[in-house]
Amino acid sequence: MTDLVFETADRLFRDAVDKDLLDAAEAGTFPRELWRAVAETGLVEAFADPETGIADAGAVLRAAGRHAVPLPIAETLLARRLLQRAGLDAPEGPLALAPADPRDRAAFVEGRAMGTYYGVAWGGDAAALVLLADGEVLVADPVRTRIEPGRSLAGEPRDTITIDGPVLAHAPAPTDVAGLRLEGAWARSLMMLGAMETVLDVAVTYANDRVQFGRPIGKQQSIQHQLALMAEEVAASSVAARLATERLDGPEAFLAVAAAKIRCGEAAGKAAEYAHQVMGAIGFTHEHTLHHFTRRLWTWRDEYGRESDWSIELGRYVASVGADGLWPWLTRA
Amino acid sequence: MTALRFDPTNLPPETAALRQEVRRFLAEERARGSWSPRGDFGTHPDPAFSRLIGARGWIGMTWPRAYGGHERSGLERYVVTEELLVSGAPVTAHWIADRQSGPLILRVGTEAQKQRFLPRIARGEIFFCIGMSEPDSGSDLVSIRTRGTKVDGGWRITGRKVWTSNAHISDYAITLVRTGPPEPDRHSGLSQFILDLKAPGVSIRPIRNLAGHHDFNEMVLDDVFLADDLLIGQPGDGWKQVTSELAFERSGPERFLSTYRLLAALVEQGGYDPDDRMAEQTGRFVAHLWALRGMSLSIAGMLQAGEAPNLEAACVKDLGNSFERAIPEVARLVAPTVPLPVPGANDDFAAIQAEAVLNAPSITLRGGTREILRGIIARGLGLR
Repeated sequence: MTDLVFETADRLFRDAVDKDLLDAAEAGTFPRELWRAVAETGLVEAFADPETGIADAGAVLRAAGRHAVPLPIAETLLARRLLQRAGLDAPEGPLALAPADPRDRAAFVEGRAMGTYYGVAWGGDAAALVLLADGEVLVADPVRTRIEPGRSLAGEPRDTITIDGPVLAHAPAPTDVAGLRLEGAWARSLMMLGAMETVLDVAVTYANDRVQFGRPIGKQQSIQHQLALMAEEVAASSVAARLATERLDGPEAFLAVAAAKIRCGEAAGKAAEYAHQVMGAIGFTHEHTLHHFTRRLWTWRDEYGRESDWSIELGRYVASVGADGLWPWLTRA
Repeated sequence: MTALRFDPTNLPPETAALRQEVRRFLAEERARGSWSPRGDFGTHPDPAFSRLIGARGWIGMTWPRAYGGHERSGLERYVVTEELLVSGAPVTAHWIADRQSGPLILRVGTEAQKQRFLPRIARGEIFFCIGMSEPDSGSDLVSIRTRGTKVDGGWRITGRKVWTSNAHISDYAITLVRTGPPEPDRHSGLSQFILDLKAPGVSIRPIRNLAGHHDFNEMVLDDVFLADDLLIGQPGDGWKQVTSELAFERSGPERFLSTYRLLAALVEQGGYDPDDRMAEQTGRFVAHLWALRGMSLSIAGMLQAGEAPNLEAACVKDLGNSFERAIPEVARLVAPTVPLPVPGANDDFAAIQAEAVLNAPSITLRGGTREILRGIIARGLGLR
């Protein structure tokens, strides 16, 4: 099932997302047609199957990362999951999800939501905003909020949303801000994995094609070793992301997701560095497609907690488990 | 481009009880004084302890009962192995025989060889080492010059092997020897022998390492006679035999756990309320360890399924070795002020840290250097 979901998503994105679409999206054109195709294929409902939902959603996210899909796929998936667990109907169309930043403060008092949410992906393009405030899940109409447009390093919308007024629907939240951050970190890990797979592929192909000193640069040991290191980082990320996917709803979600975000985030920075070094000046141009992936890697590693944030949290937890408890914990998880 | 594959592996439920059994055994034996985790690097040899492990059925676990094995799964062996390593138990003496020599004999040995060696290995009675490198042959192993000449009833071997770990406590060395011409290619003409280290003409001299330990040896083979039944596998197949089980040798927990006890000691140093600097580093290491173990277990599952994930194993070894080497480098910077690291210090952390720093260079050399591993991965990616 999950393999089929991945293949469907991968094929759809591969056929639809090209440099023109990415450049247009970055210039501010929301790719409506692509969204319609995604919605028709049911990819944003990937969480629906109680048995394979998490794995299916993970497959969609990895495919989205592979093709740098400029749509709120992760946000819509997670928002729909949140709404479903809260017993609320999911509005049609792309959804924005907040808070993405744990420092956001918002209140929900007597039917009115008040607060500001920062770094909201596609806040201005969403059909509805799905928010957490005061232990409630809120569905808000973007038209009735103030939206200050912003951009990530990748040129994707990251907006500031200020809300002060009634909401469309609300229900007690099945999770808290930390829980939402955990799921966001998981989603970004899978997207980073997908983007790194593409970056590795692009760099290896280039190294085999580009001739200097009379032979492909991929014959140079120094180039080979950088690509080998990149492959190792991608391999470690793929396993860390899979372990997190297997445990997302389990008792060891914190360990597995923290490890995935730390490992994939670290790998993202390295993969981008190696790829740009191997590809030289052409990889640094706007003309080449590499930056659509590396700029996303640089964005995603910072979102829903950096490696340092998760490492400190994990390290504190490890301290509470203690030196003698560490290994039993790791082998139990 | 060849994609690296790490299939999901879940440890079967029966391994949980086995894990507890190993932990209980180690605790009881430690209380009884049979062993203690010394303030040294990784693990150390203790023949008596190896016999205890053999008696428990934890050597040759996956081999057929007919040869003294226990017909358990590779994943059960994995669990026993990682528990022994993490505890710092002295498993060095039987390590190579269990991981490498026994499986080689099982795979390509004659029936008589299997009967002769495997049951004694499984009981922890005989130990093996590996004679590969020579003074002029390290990573370029094919260039070895130790020669075997066919004579009536056997072979005469002459040459010199170096960096032979634990030859001084072993009974046999699986030794790579040139027995024929390097044709049709330079990988041809090599053969492996079960060298009896007590045979006339074998002399073993210690080569102390920079940490002051005697682990390495030089083995001089002066016209040593080995009977025909000590040739292992087919003459000329040596290279194929040496390289065919690399996934087993490069993906196990020993490739990322050799400084685990220093990580645990560092966690201990941080106490219950570590500062951010300490927490960030221990947290990061645990994330790496978690991913590495996941990769290694994945390979164990693929090996169990009869696959040969050699590229994936090279990844685990290279990443695992870097992880092992990073721990002492970070520990020295973030640990609260402790006694300066000195081998044998009374302070546990200082002693383990000292050994980790001194032994670190060996991690990325033994069993395939970093450079060789990265070359293998690059070739797997379709470069070269």
